[in-house]
Amino acid sequence: MIFKGRVWLFGDNIDTDLIIPGKYLVITDPKELAKHVFENIIESFYTKVKPGDIIVAGKNFGCGSSREHAPLAIKAAGISAVIAKSFARIFFRNAINIGLPVIISDKARDVIKENEVILIDLENGYIERENGERLMIEKYPKFLLEILKDGGLLQTLKRKFGSDND
Amino acid sequence: MGMTISEKILAKAAGKDKVEPGEYIIGKIDLAMFHDLTGPLTLNVLKEVGYDKPWDPNKIVIIFDHQVPANSITTAELHKILRAYAKKYKIKLHDVGNQGICHQVLAEEYVKPGMLVVGADSHTCTLGALGAFATGIGSTEMAAVVLTGELWFRVPESIKFELKGNLRNGVSAKDIILYIIGKMGVDGALYCAAEFTGDVSKLSIDSRLTICNMAIEMGAKTGIINPDEKTFEYTNVPSSYGNIRSDNDAEYIDEIEVYLDELLPQVALPHSVDNVKPVSEVEGIEVDQVFIGSCTNGRLEDLEAVAKILKGRKVKTRTIIIPASPKVYLEAEKRGYIRIFLEAGAVVCNPNCGPCLGGHMGILADDEVCVSTSNRNFIGRMGSPKAKIYLVSPQTAAVTAIEGKLTDPLKYVGV
Repeated sequence: MIFKGRVWLFGDNIDTDLIIPGKYLVITDPKELAKHVFENIIESFYTKVKPGDIIVAGKNFGCGSSREHAPLAIKAAGISAVIAKSFARIFFRNAINIGLPVIISDKARDVIKENEVILIDLENGYIERENGERLMIEKYPKFLLEILKDGGLLQTLKRKFGSDND
Repeated sequence: MGMTISEKILAKAAGKDKVEPGEYIIGKIDLAMFHDLTGPLTLNVLKEVGYDKPWDPNKIVIIFDHQVPANSITTAELHKILRAYAKKYKIKLHDVGNQGICHQVLAEEYVKPGMLVVGADSHTCTLGALGAFATGIGSTEMAAVVLTGELWFRVPESIKFELKGNLRNGVSAKDIILYIIGKMGVDGALYCAAEFTGDVSKLSIDSRLTICNMAIEMGAKTGIINPDEKTFEYTNVPSSYGNIRSDNDAEYIDEIEVYLDELLPQVALPHSVDNVKPVSEVEGIEVDQVFIGSCTNGRLEDLEAVAKILKGRKVKTRTIIIPASPKVYLEAEKRGYIRIFLEAGAVVCNPNCGPCLGGHMGILADDEVCVSTSNRNFIGRMGSPKAKIYLVSPQTAAVTAIEGKLTDPLKYVGV
């Protein structure tokens, strides 16, 4: 799985209320959620983000609530992957389960620049910067990579349960 | 080498004799819960899968708590689809009338020591206070749990927090956990099980639930406490109930001692839960709203502490009090607390999450300041992104309501 996109830099501890405020949790359509993603920190983020863009953040990205609305909103806004020093665990699980690649890199946030175009190679485990520099990333356990390759847990469940509907 | 309580519960759920931190396991789920905001996404996934029959309807509970009774047409529609699903498969539903904050309802009626509990809500870690391994999950993986009764887990490393001593009057469990988060940072226990030991045994179950509730605010996968006689009595199980406690030679990645005798009332300042100081250092901030409730501090012990302070006094700032469950509400009514709150000039709302996450019942306007007993003071959490939230104990909230500004409760106990 290879992704290429323009970088948005974020800081540490980006919480789920900053990603998608609680008042929008009654919305279940990801496209509608996407219109409000990050609206409390970057005005009109939704109109500025381009398909394929990549978030590069500090530590503890996605801390707070278990709301799956958070990764759903990010993905539906067109973000192709999130790189961070570390992730809050429920956000990490949710992102993989809905097919949003989340990548742990200790160095990325310190060296990558805003608007830089970077490439991520998940299987081979590296990020390639515009200047050709390669940063190693933490590899997933195999079964998690499989879920991501499927495009999310939904597809895996469909394969398992979809045919024997009663 | 022995095992921690977390490792024991996960090993049992995985059908293994032993598990080690870092190991991935598939665990059989004893209890799964989703609510009115995370449940609809789970049902969307089941709809897309094309198969929605639960693995065991008796092990699933649906609880309305975030926005109940429905506060908008959109919410009403969400409640409607959850009701229909519960009815279709005879799943236990806590609807209007026996609605309540999910973690409190689960504690009162469903959770037993040793269970593996998953809830589609991050504060599911609350239930570790009863000696269960309880953790929050997302909506899509909840769909997987509903269909299969299983879920993957990475066995967490454990951090031991050994409480030592006794709290002084006016200081409570909330101050303990705020103090710990202040020291650890919001990611200080990331992916770990936070195990509370030592003189936690002297604390009530209500207090233990408060402590475990906020484990997630330092990134922990769960908070957990070895069950004792109080736990067995609360959960109505015999004291011979299995060997569910950490071995003496269990391994921890960190062991931290927390001294209670000297602990002062604590406050988490905007906009981060680890931005913690003693209340005495920041007293006097003018307050627009006081909120007492939530899965952190909406229990009987909390309301009792508040009633003691508000009795015969009037609040100076608008004050919203929300009991966590119908059981708590009814007992507070029987004991006369509700009358005390009303006579003091507070509003008492029906059991639910209320303004904690900015859904309804006390949303904040631009530049307003709220002193709250809830668990998160993130930007925009309770409404306007320009509002400020200060997290405190019920005691601090109550004296703040009376004074109209952030106040140290120790002043009211004659210390």
